[in-house]
Amino acid sequence: MTKMMKTSRLYSAPDAPTGICPGCGYGIIKHILANVMEELQIDDRAIGVLGIGCSGFVSRNFDIDWLQAQHGRAPASATGIKRLLPDKVVFTFQGDGDLAAIGTAEIIHAAARNEKMTVLFVNNGIYGMTGGQMAPTTLENQVTVTSPFGRDPNTAGMPIKITEMISVLPIAYAARGAIFNPKEIRITEGYVKKAFEKQLNGEGFSMVEILSPCPTNWHMTPVSSMERIENEVVSYYPLGEMVTGKEGV
Amino acid sequence: MAKVMMKGNEALAEAAVRAGCRLYCGYPITPQTEIMEYLSARLPEVGGHFIQSESEVAGISMILGGACTGYRVMTGSSGTGFSLKQEGISWMAADELPGVIVNVCRYGSGLGLISPGQDAYIQATKGGGHGSYHAIVYGPSTIQEMVDLTGLAFDKADEYRNPVIMLSDGALGQMMEPVEFPDFQEVHPNKDWTITGKGKGRGHKITTAIYTDPKYDQHVREKYARIAAEEQRWESLCTEDAAIVLVAYGTSGRVCRQAVQMARKKGMKLGLIRPVTLWPFPVKAFEQPVHTAKAFVTVEMSALGQMVEDVRLTVNGRKPVFLYSSGMAPPREAVILQMAEDILDGRMKEVL
Amino acid sequence: MCEIIVAGFGGQGVLAAGIILANAGMKADLNTTWLPAYGGEQRGGTANCSVKLSKDEVGSPFVEDPDVLLAFNQPSFDKFEKAVRPGGFVFVNSSLITRETVRSDVNVIRIDATQMAAELGNARAANSIMLGALIGRLSLVPADKAEEALNEYFAQKSEKAAELNRRAFKLGMDHTAAEEADINGTRIVP
Repeated sequence: MTKMMKTSRLYSAPDAPTGICPGCGYGIIKHILANVMEELQIDDRAIGVLGIGCSGFVSRNFDIDWLQAQHGRAPASATGIKRLLPDKVVFTFQGDGDLAAIGTAEIIHAAARNEKMTVLFVNNGIYGMTGGQMAPTTLENQVTVTSPFGRDPNTAGMPIKITEMISVLPIAYAARGAIFNPKEIRITEGYVKKAFEKQLNGEGFSMVEILSPCPTNWHMTPVSSMERIENEVVSYYPLGEMVTGKEGV
Repeated sequence: MAKVMMKGNEALAEAAVRAGCRLYCGYPITPQTEIMEYLSARLPEVGGHFIQSESEVAGISMILGGACTGYRVMTGSSGTGFSLKQEGISWMAADELPGVIVNVCRYGSGLGLISPGQDAYIQATKGGGHGSYHAIVYGPSTIQEMVDLTGLAFDKADEYRNPVIMLSDGALGQMMEPVEFPDFQEVHPNKDWTITGKGKGRGHKITTAIYTDPKYDQHVREKYARIAAEEQRWESLCTEDAAIVLVAYGTSGRVCRQAVQMARKKGMKLGLIRPVTLWPFPVKAFEQPVHTAKAFVTVEMSALGQMVEDVRLTVNGRKPVFLYSSGMAPPREAVILQMAEDILDGRMKEVL
Repeated sequence: MCEIIVAGFGGQGVLAAGIILANAGMKADLNTTWLPAYGGEQRGGTANCSVKLSKDEVGSPFVEDPDVLLAFNQPSFDKFEKAVRPGGFVFVNSSLITRETVRSDVNVIRIDATQMAAELGNARAANSIMLGALIGRLSLVPADKAEEALNEYFAQKSEKAAELNRRAFKLGMDHTAAEEADINGTRIVP
């Protein structure tokens, strides 16, 4: 954890407000991103494309170039950037409402075209910014403000597994990680690093889904939120690499 | 360069390439499709990129991303597809990103007809998407004018950092006419607002709307007021002594040019204001005729009349304004002449 | 101004015939427009295009009552025959159009175009025969300009196609007696 707690040189104003709630997973995920960028020395040529929702807060004080995309469209806009600037490192940062609901077409087709870009997909199973509505990733029977009796698979279907869906396409890399303990954080950081390396090697589309807590809208403490991911979420959304491209798993 | 016979859609596409366009992202829809077909082969020849997008929404979003790099970008559609582009056009306006969006207008609401129409006027000129903004809108009447305005559209998009719409229609897109192309433009993508990676020694940038700036409202008002004042373009034909002044753009504009010539041969004092910019609407063109003409007649291929609203606003009650909305058929010279006669004889009532 | 409709079914080269005619007009320094009727059908449907040739500026590209109709098949003949202006010309592909015209106020020129083209080696060259017949009869554009435009069009495909269509064009030209027509006037009147 000591590595995680250091202040990255990529934080232009480390003391400024982050916009995110206490216990939110974004702090850790932002650290992972900063670590990988520093290690690969790609921050000077990185362009991040932000989804709509809490993911948009990630750009605050984070010292790389960003585009705030329309809701769900980040993979399309990133495609436009990457085609014109193939030497830059282009990635999207999207939540599960953005990527797995309104932006389903854009993410599937960016992957289908095997765009040489990286996608960081933060899955907290809920619409956070708008106040905790059911997301396509909300678990069965989970209570949200729009599934007050719990998600009913008869009417709302089962949670969508976008990363598995994308894994059937000929892409370069896909993995799902979590951040509920230091070990998983280190593993996830490895996934993120590998995903960017795939892009740097020109291999194609890479994506890392990260299971993340939303204590505010889950109405749980930060610690119990992490425990919920470990005990409940992971059993529906298993962790690990799904596509590893040329290397093989 | 010698004249060549070319389809309007292909001519527009070639003009875009010559103006420096290096990214086109589009989705098949009649009668726009030749633009994307042409560019799918042509853009790679000049080091550009063509992407067949999974949807109209993705197409505009791709060029929005492309615009951030400083390269010139374009997308195009028609009818229902153009409706889907409105989200991205609103965002481009908010983010102050340049880009050209072509609407090869078909007729009607909903599915509409693939035949030519002019009923995307309101959608194109009044913003179309959410928020307060305008795209600069050009309405060419001939393929040569379409080619010339396409180059201008890219220049103006860059100059004002604003989306520009080329409002073509099914007739202009599908027809062939002799056309002469301009030379290739050298265009440099390096602009001070682009995002290309922060590099060494400069701070990072975020491309997003600047609503956090308390002067945002003022900035937007000043920007669009400047465009409205400086960018009006139109053609006036025989308006000096005209008793009846037609107002028409695009395909209707060229029909009206011919109607004016036919009328003049018969000694009838018909004139024409042919708006070339639809936004900003060329109000300056009306300064003289609004005093000297007896009435104005808007001619357009729509069911209800759309541009007629701007004509009424401009004339502002000073003279009667009539409408010949030919609907799904092209306007006819003979009908225009008959209407002018009826108005002069007092047989036609103004319908508001 | 001369207004022409070329009509047949998809695959007969009616759009190509119109393009060649408009191109020839451009080469002869005339103002010209070509406008196809476009539809959702891809193959086997009807196809037609409108061409205008004029020394003056061309306004509307639409043709409602043509001076000249080139009818390549029965449905096109049925559809456009009545629209032709009195005194106008109807060029009929008699290989596929068997009935006589219902009009008494138009000039009808019958050409066994599809059959002649088949004998020449390819029935698809019927469009060049029809074009040749048109130019031979009405001289809307100088024959050399028409031939140049025709050659350019088919040379893009192959020299063999160009050669065949040049021969087809000449065959059509010879079929109709040359007769001057003035396109300076508003209408073609024989």
